[in-house]
Amino acid sequence: MSALVEMRNISLAFGGVKAVDDVSVDLNAGEVVGLLGHNGAGKSTLIKVLSGAYQADSGEIYINGEKAEITNPRDARAYNIETIYQTLALADNLDTASNLFLGRELTTATGLLDEGAMEAEARKIMARLNPNFEKFAAPVSALSGGQRQSVAIARAVYFNARILIMDEPTAALGPQETQMVAELITQLKSEGIGIFLISHDIHDVMTLCDRASVMKNGKLVGSVNVADVTDDDLLGMIILGKKPASSAA
Amino acid sequence: MKNTSPAPRKSLVQTLELDTRLLGMLGAFILLSLGFDLLTDGRFLTPRNVFNLTIQTVSVAIMATGMVFVIVTRNIDLSVGSLLATASAVMAMTQTQILPDLLGIPLGSPWIAPLAIVAGLAAGTLIGAFQGYLIGYLTIPAFIVTLGGLLVWRNTAWYMTNGQTIGPLDATFQMFGGTNGTLGAFWSWVLAALAVVGVLVALWSARRNKMAHGFDVKPLWAELAMAGILSGAILGFVATLNAYQIPTRRLARLFEARGEVMPEGYSEAYGLPISVIVLILVAIAMTLIAQRTRFGRYVFAMGGNPDAAELSGINTRMLTVKVFALMGALAALSAVVASARLTNHSNDIGVLDELRVIAAAVIGGTALSGGIGTIRGAILGALIMQSLQSGMAMVGVDAPLQNIVVGAVLVLAVWVDILYRKRTGERL
Repeated sequence: MSALVEMRNISLAFGGVKAVDDVSVDLNAGEVVGLLGHNGAGKSTLIKVLSGAYQADSGEIYINGEKAEITNPRDARAYNIETIYQTLALADNLDTASNLFLGRELTTATGLLDEGAMEAEARKIMARLNPNFEKFAAPVSALSGGQRQSVAIARAVYFNARILIMDEPTAALGPQETQMVAELITQLKSEGIGIFLISHDIHDVMTLCDRASVMKNGKLVGSVNVADVTDDDLLGMIILGKKPASSAA
Repeated sequence: MKNTSPAPRKSLVQTLELDTRLLGMLGAFILLSLGFDLLTDGRFLTPRNVFNLTIQTVSVAIMATGMVFVIVTRNIDLSVGSLLATASAVMAMTQTQILPDLLGIPLGSPWIAPLAIVAGLAAGTLIGAFQGYLIGYLTIPAFIVTLGGLLVWRNTAWYMTNGQTIGPLDATFQMFGGTNGTLGAFWSWVLAALAVVGVLVALWSARRNKMAHGFDVKPLWAELAMAGILSGAILGFVATLNAYQIPTRRLARLFEARGEVMPEGYSEAYGLPISVIVLILVAIAMTLIAQRTRFGRYVFAMGGNPDAAELSGINTRMLTVKVFALMGALAALSAVVASARLTNHSNDIGVLDELRVIAAAVIGGTALSGGIGTIRGAILGALIMQSLQSGMAMVGVDAPLQNIVVGAVLVLAVWVDILYRKRTGERL
């Protein structure tokens, strides 16, 4: 069986800087792959190629073994790739339901927005993800960091993502909300969704991920099975760009 | 919805779900009107002046609704006054020269007005779309593109007409100007009745829709109060316009023109001007677009967070083209009203309108930082600007002082708005 996602020999330069230099990573269904590296290592850039925000200069993407053409975020959505961005990508002036359905609004038979149906759906999904959530009428600028994060996650979950990209999903969250995100990742994984998890936090990666791919200066240091390595091995890969002796995968 | 905690007591404003910003603007407008009425010994709030004020506001108000979209998407359009002039020139040339001379459609033909209007709307839309393309796809800042447009389109109009005043315009065309095209008392009442029914149906169906999804609705008395206020406003407005009688001498001339003699003691009211109906239709359509269509939703999403809009799969470049095309179409529609009101196309038509339009949108609560703005606010903003201007003229304030006051009021209004947003914790 072919991998859910395979990114082969991806390169992307901005001006003279090679942000991503000949990187190959893959992801299977029901698997969480951590992407690690310093700020500026190229993790977010690599993943934005998959989500359609950037286009690679060279390299190929395969989804379920078939070559995929992803030139913009709409293409990515067509492949059921959903992204939860570090910057949260919410329109602050709009309410929860509007953000949840942004770009994929529900409409009535006359083609007008069906606000009622969207709010009802938003209430359903939020009840599942964050039962205490109540502020449906307020613009999302009035929400807390955790509440905003749950809106962003709801957006990915609601539309039946098969491939989920999470860029620092817990960066702005308190301990309780981080726990909520962790439980959610486990749940989504059990539903057979493949997840790329970009993180700074080695602890997160060790507990949540099956494999980890480490990047440094735009290049892939290596991909390892998390069970085979220690925290220090991963740190060594991130800081020194050295693959541990016992590496596999 | 089940409420676990007791609902906090709500104030009257909250129960009625009123927009406090709009309420504040309405309050300012009412104070302004009463103040001018006092200073002019009751001449400001006469049916005659309300009628004139309304038809003077239409042109700027129509464009202000489009400017809301432009500013909400974090852009600006400085070219609308000049664009209005070019559209007006196109329509004037079409109806006085192109159609009669080139296509052989005689002056006075019923085809003249619709064909001229279509030509003007097409010109406005195309120019707007072109500017939108420069802004969206070539990423030239809107400020620069439309600053260039301010010069280009003003002088395109001049070039087309050799700077001449062109008129009189077609009689049917002139009906969009105000005094030359009104419904009369009977049809104004019919329209008012239809509008009241429309308001009631809209309120009722919104309530039913909310209840169908199990959302909270406001108490029935609040709903009825709202319906009463809106119906009262509609009927009061039409009653005022219907109270303005066409001057006897003008009526006598109308009878003479038909070869009849006016009966003794005959009188007739103006009623609703067609231009005002055009504005009302534009307002309804633009509000619907803003609140109930994908296009409108994307306009606000792009204003709130352009990156989020792009990442959500919204084509923000094309959206920019559409927003400016719509602005161009509305400027052309304003050109119909403005030139019809003057009964001719003059070289200086629409001069400084861009500033009036932007001021109207901003006074009406549109945030220059993007993402926030309402159609009804912009129209109220246009009305406040026009009332201020013509009120001061009636009081006898010198022309330079009028402009000084209008400029100062614009700055003051934005400052008050900033204070309001700080207090309500709204993002700036």
